[in-house]
Amino acid sequence: MNKHIVVIGAGVAGMEAAGQLSNAGFNVSLVEKDENTGGHLNGWYKLFPDRRRSSEVKDYLDKLINKDGIKVISGTTIEKLVNINGIFSLETREGTEMTADAVVVATGFDLFKSSRKEEYGYGIYDNVITSSDLEEMFRKDKIVLVDGRVPENVGIVHCVGSRDEKVGNLYCSKLCCITAVKQAIEIRELLPETRVFCFYMDMRMGGAHYEEIYREAQEEWGINFIRGKVSEVSESIRKKLIIKAEDTLAGRPLKMELDMLVLMAGMEMSEGGRILAKSAGLETGENRFFASADNHFGSNISNIPGVFYAGTCTAPMNITETISHARATVSDVLNYFKNRS
Amino acid sequence: MQFDPFVIPFNIGLYFILIYAVVRSVRWFSNLSRPDKLRLQRGFFGRAFGQSLKEIFMESLIHRKILKSNFRLGFMHMSLAFGWFLLILFGTIEADIFGEKHLNAPYKAIFFKFFNPDHGRAGFEAAYSFWMDLLLAFILSGLLIAVIKRFSSKVVGMKKTTRLRVLDKVALTSLWLIFPSRLLAESFTSGAYGTGSFLTGFLGSLLASFLPAQQMAYPFWWLYSLSLGTFFILLPLTRYMHIPTELFLIFARNSGITTGDQPGAFTEIQTYSCSSCGMCIDACQLNFSAGITNIQSAYLLKGIRNNENVSDIAFNCLMCGRCDQVCPVGIELTPIRMIRRRAGETEPVQTSIWKKYLPDRLDIMPVKTNGKTSYSFLPVEEPAKTDVLYFAGCMTHLTPAIGNSMVRIFDASGVNYSFMDAGGGVCCGRPLMLSGQDREARELINFNSQLIWKSGAHTLVTSCPICYKVFKESYYLDVEVLHHTQFINMLIEEGSLKLNFLRKKVVYHTPCDLGRGSGVYDEPKEVLKHVVRLQNTNFENEKSLCCGGSLGNIKISYQEKNKIARDTAAELTRENPDILATSCPLCKKILAGATETKVADIAEIVAEAITVPMLKKNTPKPASCLRKNVIVY
Amino acid sequence: MSNFGFTISKARIIDYDANDRSIAEYIAEHEPSFRVCIECGCCSATCTTGNFTRFSLRELQIFLKRGENELVRDNIGKCMLCGKCILVCPRGVNTRNVVTLAREAFNKKVKNAV
Repeated sequence: MNKHIVVIGAGVAGMEAAGQLSNAGFNVSLVEKDENTGGHLNGWYKLFPDRRRSSEVKDYLDKLINKDGIKVISGTTIEKLVNINGIFSLETREGTEMTADAVVVATGFDLFKSSRKEEYGYGIYDNVITSSDLEEMFRKDKIVLVDGRVPENVGIVHCVGSRDEKVGNLYCSKLCCITAVKQAIEIRELLPETRVFCFYMDMRMGGAHYEEIYREAQEEWGINFIRGKVSEVSESIRKKLIIKAEDTLAGRPLKMELDMLVLMAGMEMSEGGRILAKSAGLETGENRFFASADNHFGSNISNIPGVFYAGTCTAPMNITETISHARATVSDVLNYFKNRS
Repeated sequence: MQFDPFVIPFNIGLYFILIYAVVRSVRWFSNLSRPDKLRLQRGFFGRAFGQSLKEIFMESLIHRKILKSNFRLGFMHMSLAFGWFLLILFGTIEADIFGEKHLNAPYKAIFFKFFNPDHGRAGFEAAYSFWMDLLLAFILSGLLIAVIKRFSSKVVGMKKTTRLRVLDKVALTSLWLIFPSRLLAESFTSGAYGTGSFLTGFLGSLLASFLPAQQMAYPFWWLYSLSLGTFFILLPLTRYMHIPTELFLIFARNSGITTGDQPGAFTEIQTYSCSSCGMCIDACQLNFSAGITNIQSAYLLKGIRNNENVSDIAFNCLMCGRCDQVCPVGIELTPIRMIRRRAGETEPVQTSIWKKYLPDRLDIMPVKTNGKTSYSFLPVEEPAKTDVLYFAGCMTHLTPAIGNSMVRIFDASGVNYSFMDAGGGVCCGRPLMLSGQDREARELINFNSQLIWKSGAHTLVTSCPICYKVFKESYYLDVEVLHHTQFINMLIEEGSLKLNFLRKKVVYHTPCDLGRGSGVYDEPKEVLKHVVRLQNTNFENEKSLCCGGSLGNIKISYQEKNKIARDTAAELTRENPDILATSCPLCKKILAGATETKVADIAEIVAEAITVPMLKKNTPKPASCLRKNVIVY
Repeated sequence: MSNFGFTISKARIIDYDANDRSIAEYIAEHEPSFRVCIECGCCSATCTTGNFTRFSLRELQIFLKRGENELVRDNIGKCMLCGKCILVCPRGVNTRNVVTLAREAFNKKVKNAV
């Protein structure tokens, strides 16, 4: 069996899929637009639920793809995908071409661009940052304001770019709630004197161990949870951030001075995925992610036979789900070739 | 004496409509307010008279405005109106020269051919016949377009034709029958006598070759007279009432009468002047972007004429003012809509057909009693004294980049200013006015007026065109009100704001309330030209599009607003600008959600272009008009 | 508003079966987006009126949905219709029409039209 499979995207899903496909005996080319593999994993410092370092997962994935049957082509963007009688021709932005017997799309997600919610002041006020900016600070072991001071009061806004018709994202990104709780705890770990406030619409703690962490955040770390979406941020003369929300459970508007505001940016279909969908004629859903052939038993299957999906290019997923989803691709690929021969 | 019974229907119709027009005009005149009566009297014996005659010729007959914007539609209107006018004029002359005697009754001219079948054999007579045939052909060509338009409105470039009532259909049919029946009547007569020119003569001899022309002619003369009579008698009940009403409107308007904010005779005259041509429907973004096709001004006026409850129509409008710009009759559509908004819901009135000939005044009996609104909770405030007051506006608090940029601009130009609503202010009152609640709005206006007065400022700068319009129009302030683009433009001209040139391509979106609403078109563009390369669009100045987010419309859904916003953004970014610039926080917010292109307020672009002084003492001098009490940094 | 709470003797329980929810139904019928509120509180947080007095559109609309109409009737007139709430609402609720319809419904109620 000398079938050649191209996996587009070397994030968690792509690396896992490539490794497992290689284990199943396929020749695999793993194409990545960045110089390094790992995707968003490189941006996170520690992972929920157990706060293990993301590098451990990265190490596992690196080992998985470091074998003869896998060719990693990094710094390359696939722009065109054409199906010619079951043989796929892929064209890169750089102008090179390759062919494949099957394609696994693992283009992942992009973080919502928080500057699109202007009322939160990202890019306008210095101390408004995103969840991914905060991870960068964690990595450096140092949470500081722009002027070098340590923040005394930090606010975390859930649902930035998720569940929001005004930015065209009606869906829930699913991971921001748990990320907020994880990051709140990490802030308190680093800065025991700092108070942390989470502004949420609903606490969606649906994953394994999530609810326990939520409880831990309240019980052990004294994180404050306020039910109400922040609607407006301004800056005082003393460069403090003034946020306005309604404490909906108390039924009163709430105004608060904060030193730092962290925006929990949601997940959106990646730009690379959008380009691919357009050029190859892959169907996308109302949420702009790739639409799977079936919600229950075909979540890896696309509308083009021989093109498969893995991971968050179909919907927001955590790493556990992404790895499971990527592994499931392998069985769909095997079935595809079995039915063809 | 030349007479035949078939002329009776025409005569009844003609004298009826002439008497009717006089009665109606007298009623309208007597219903005008005293000042308006004086204006009209003065206008009638003054310069306005000549202007009106010119306008009647250019607009009611030639239809210049429609011709300019849509040639085929304009030609249709022109051929029917101007052609018919010429036909009557030259018909009368024909009867006068070639008839038995001078000064004939009108029917002699209209049915000239019937009474003078031998006329037009040779020489000057034949040449005159040729001219009359030419005029008839001219009208018929327009009629052909009208008929085609009824069945497929794409032909004349219109996307929507207004829907008709039964009476309108009958009147329309009689109107359509007038000229074909004249053509056939004249042709048969010509065929029988061997007269007629290229049209009636040719058709006549063709028909006479296989039909008994002499016998066939008579019924068509009846049909011609009947359709004329029917059309005249039904005219007051249909949209064709616009023909006589428009003449009155033109005189009234040229005499300086305007709609104002109260219902009255002038509003009524305008309501009846609408020809339902549908230009407002074509211009309406709710129509071509959101697919809402029953609320445009033509429908509003029709609803008012029919005494329907038009409250739903009145409130479902962006109030962008695009229809005012295109209306060929020049009806003040948005002010009329505002009057209906103030009235709220009304009881539909059912009247008999007879009553419709002399309808009651279109007075509006407001049903609503929203007496509960009260803003007594507003605190008494003592603002600090200042020269320039900056009122960001409610929406600007959701676009902090604009407010921030303004603060930077104020600081850089060394103006002594105070940020009136830094911590959130009181609404300017225009949104309430747009919902027809003027009395409630007045409470907010009074509150803000007091604050402005107490501050001692001589200039009020606002970032929001909605606020700007209401400050200008409905506040009684002795301060200079400026939109921030005007203020920035002044700073640049005074030399107190030094700017770098940014290498960027920018298109400018004119906000409705700043552009069509307040007539501020140039200053924003002047400012932009100082700092960027300004690209042109197909929607400049009066033609500018609405972003869709207008507070004028209370009814449409977010999804419908978004459709408008996407279309507008797509049109404006056609040439791939780096920035889509606007000068309204609401436009900015709405457009930013509808395009991938960067959307920015002019203030942001200017703030980015501010030259950073090398030393503090290099701070430029403040504008001369602002030099009193200036804090020098 | 000041005597709302523990000082009045009326039971604090919402008597859902006895309450009159016709006003909420009237609003929902004319403005379907009224139904999709998720009680995030954005509208009340940004509210111009809410800056000066106790006024929460979120609270008022949930009271309407439960048929607790008196409080709404006494307060709905405070809205300035400025429209900030429309811009921040993540569900795209046409809040200004909700307020307008609520006022209308209370007026019609007096005339038994709802």
